Amino acid sequence: MFSYTLFIMLLPLLSFIVLGLAGMKMQHKVAGLIGTCSLGIVTILSYLTAFEYFGADRVDGVYQTFVPYNFTWLPLGNLHFDLGILLDPISVMMLIVISTVSLMVHIYSFGYMHGEKGFQRYYAFLSLFTMSMLGLVLATNIFQMYMFWELVGVSSYLLIGFYYPLKPAIAASKKAFIVTRFADMFFLVGILTFGYFVDSFSFSFAGDIVMGQGTTPFIEGNIAKAVAAGGFIIPTALVLMFIGGAGKSAMFPLHIWLPDAMEGPTPVSALIHAATMVVAGVFQIARMFPLWIQYAPEAMSIVVWVGVFTAFYAAAVACAQSDIKRVLAFSTISQIAFMMVALGVSLPGHHGAIMDNHAQLGYMAGMFHLFTHAMFKACLFLGAGCIIHAVHSNEMALMGGLRKYMPITHITFLISCLAIAGIPFFSGFSSKDEIITACMEYSPVVGWIMTGIAAMTAFYMFRLYYGIFWGTENVEAHEHHTPHEAPATMTIPLIVLCVITVGVGIYSTLGGFLGWGGSFGSYVSAEGTDYTIHFNTQIALTSTVIAILSICLATYIYKGETQPIADRLYKQFPKLHRAAYKRFYQDEIWQYVTHRIIFRCVSTPIAWFDRHIVDGTFNFMAWGANEAGESIRSWQSGDVRQYAVWFLTGTVALTLILLCI
Amino acid sequence: MIPIECYFALSALLFFIGVYGFVTRRNLIAMLISVELVLNAVDINFAAINRLLYPNGMEGMFMTLFVIGVAAAESAVAIAIIINVYRKFKSDSVDAIQNMKR
Repeated sequence: MFSYTLFIMLLPLLSFIVLGLAGMKMQHKVAGLIGTCSLGIVTILSYLTAFEYFGADRVDGVYQTFVPYNFTWLPLGNLHFDLGILLDPISVMMLIVISTVSLMVHIYSFGYMHGEKGFQRYYAFLSLFTMSMLGLVLATNIFQMYMFWELVGVSSYLLIGFYYPLKPAIAASKKAFIVTRFADMFFLVGILTFGYFVDSFSFSFAGDIVMGQGTTPFIEGNIAKAVAAGGFIIPTALVLMFIGGAGKSAMFPLHIWLPDAMEGPTPVSALIHAATMVVAGVFQIARMFPLWIQYAPEAMSIVVWVGVFTAFYAAAVACAQSDIKRVLAFSTISQIAFMMVALGVSLPGHHGAIMDNHAQLGYMAGMFHLFTHAMFKACLFLGAGCIIHAVHSNEMALMGGLRKYMPITHITFLISCLAIAGIPFFSGFSSKDEIITACMEYSPVVGWIMTGIAAMTAFYMFRLYYGIFWGTENVEAHEHHTPHEAPATMTIPLIVLCVITVGVGIYSTLGGFLGWGGSFGSYVSAEGTDYTIHFNTQIALTSTVIAILSICLATYIYKGETQPIADRLYKQFPKLHRAAYKRFYQDEIWQYVTHRIIFRCVSTPIAWFDRHIVDGTFNFMAWGANEAGESIRSWQSGDVRQYAVWFLTGTVALTLILLCI
Repeated sequence: MIPIECYFALSALLFFIGVYGFVTRRNLIAMLISVELVLNAVDINFAAINRLLYPNGMEGMFMTLFVIGVAAAESAVAIAIIINVYRKFKSDSVDAIQNMKR
């Protein structure tokens, strides 16, 4: 069963190898087709997997976990590193998200990257990325996850730096790589701590696993031993892993790489830096969720507050950015923080049971938001790509009034904006509403803060929307180059993603109000049981009203030909605007901390020690040998008779010495 | 009977003549001849000591023959080298061949 899942990982790897080795000899179209076709097959297989997986019977009301492949790659005493494929509700859900978005991006890139130099390389990297991300979600153990985690980082680095002749692209790719690597160091330490104490890297702590056909219930590793060794060990390991996840998912203060990552081609931003890779951290928490909830429930408040602060911070910055991709980048950070908060608030209740309804809600909401966000954020980014393609700039100032020129982009962008703002009948509404409900149950403070941030989200998204499609047209910029609608390869993915957004939205909104089963919660929930989404009418109404109010506010301020209110606000609070525009000086703070404090106080002495003490010792030895050789060099005159005299003298001296003794 | 000291004196004389010749001569052939003298000095010692101190043994005599054989082989090799040196440097003087320096 599920033996075909192996091809889900092998096909993108194969197309990466083919395109990477032979791509430069191919025509653009052929290379693109190879990449897209292999991904098309992967998508079909992913949907088939999902269909079969969710179609299979539940055991005790829980979806089983399948491990179609698992082999020991590196045995090390008690520990062993495995490679394999694990299917459970979240990994199957991620399969759908990754393959769908990735396929859309592949198709879209035909139009967007048309005629670009390195087109084949681009597709090769896309395949590599897809393979690594699929490997990450299908991993059977933390170590495999970590390997693919790093591969994802590498492909992100390669794709951000795709336009490598441009300096900002190189700087951004390096920044992304170094920041995430820095965070991954903590992840690795966490993994090793966990492995050392638990004797296993396997994810099978969650419960029964079906190996191939027969059921063999086993829980690998010895969590009890780790708990006995000290109650803080598992929470520490989990928090260290969370730092790694926070780096990849751009949580404050490790978020600094994500806005810069927008230097990459826009479809890449859509695929990697909005929809799939950045949710790796969320996925990691979800993966380790059984451990979090049983052994480290207190530590989850860290996840909550980091998430809350990041969501607020990113939303505040997004309100002031002028580069459309930056706005979307910060909105991504904010939305991912929503998912983190949702997972963090999934605390066990006080009723004895390890997981009650409440825990299920937060977890389910986080995963649901991951799913819906991937779809509408990919759509927003691809839409932004169409706009950039038409205007040849990222700056909002050069846009305005584009709705006449690009109707399809306009409509899809509007729908995605409505979804992210949380308007009923669009997918973002259901998931965000569930998150806020979970937060309210956790603590009303968090709940109201998240409601406020949701309002900010609606505001800045509509600021963006009006800035691009309404307002004053920049006639000057449009004169020598009239913007035009993107080609069909670019608009079809937009429409597909929009249909998913609206379809999921209508079904889940109606289902949520009427209490239908078969919605997202039936498939993915903390325990794998059927969870029926029920909206809390009061919260749903409140958040809808607030979202609509902030959209109205944005309309009032930004829709007009001129924007007197925005200008007045800007004049009144120039410092605040400037600080928000500069992202509250986070980059500068990091720059200061790394350059002034770490480089100067730590790295410089270490470098001095290395250069003068370590290198000095060896240089001294080399110098000594050199000097000794130099000083006896004149003895070698080449005069044979002189050698003979020395030889004779030596012999006589030796004889005398021997005689004396 | 000639006392053993006379043999030793002759041997020492030959040895130092050989060493002196080896150090002072520039001609490669002359140096080779000097080396032969040194070897002959050793041979005389071997033969004399064997004959006068250990008349029943023959080891000294055999060693003498052995040294003569080795000396013959050594001169053959040395002359071959000298001929090659002469071909290369057009000279048989040791001062001409200072390429070994450095």
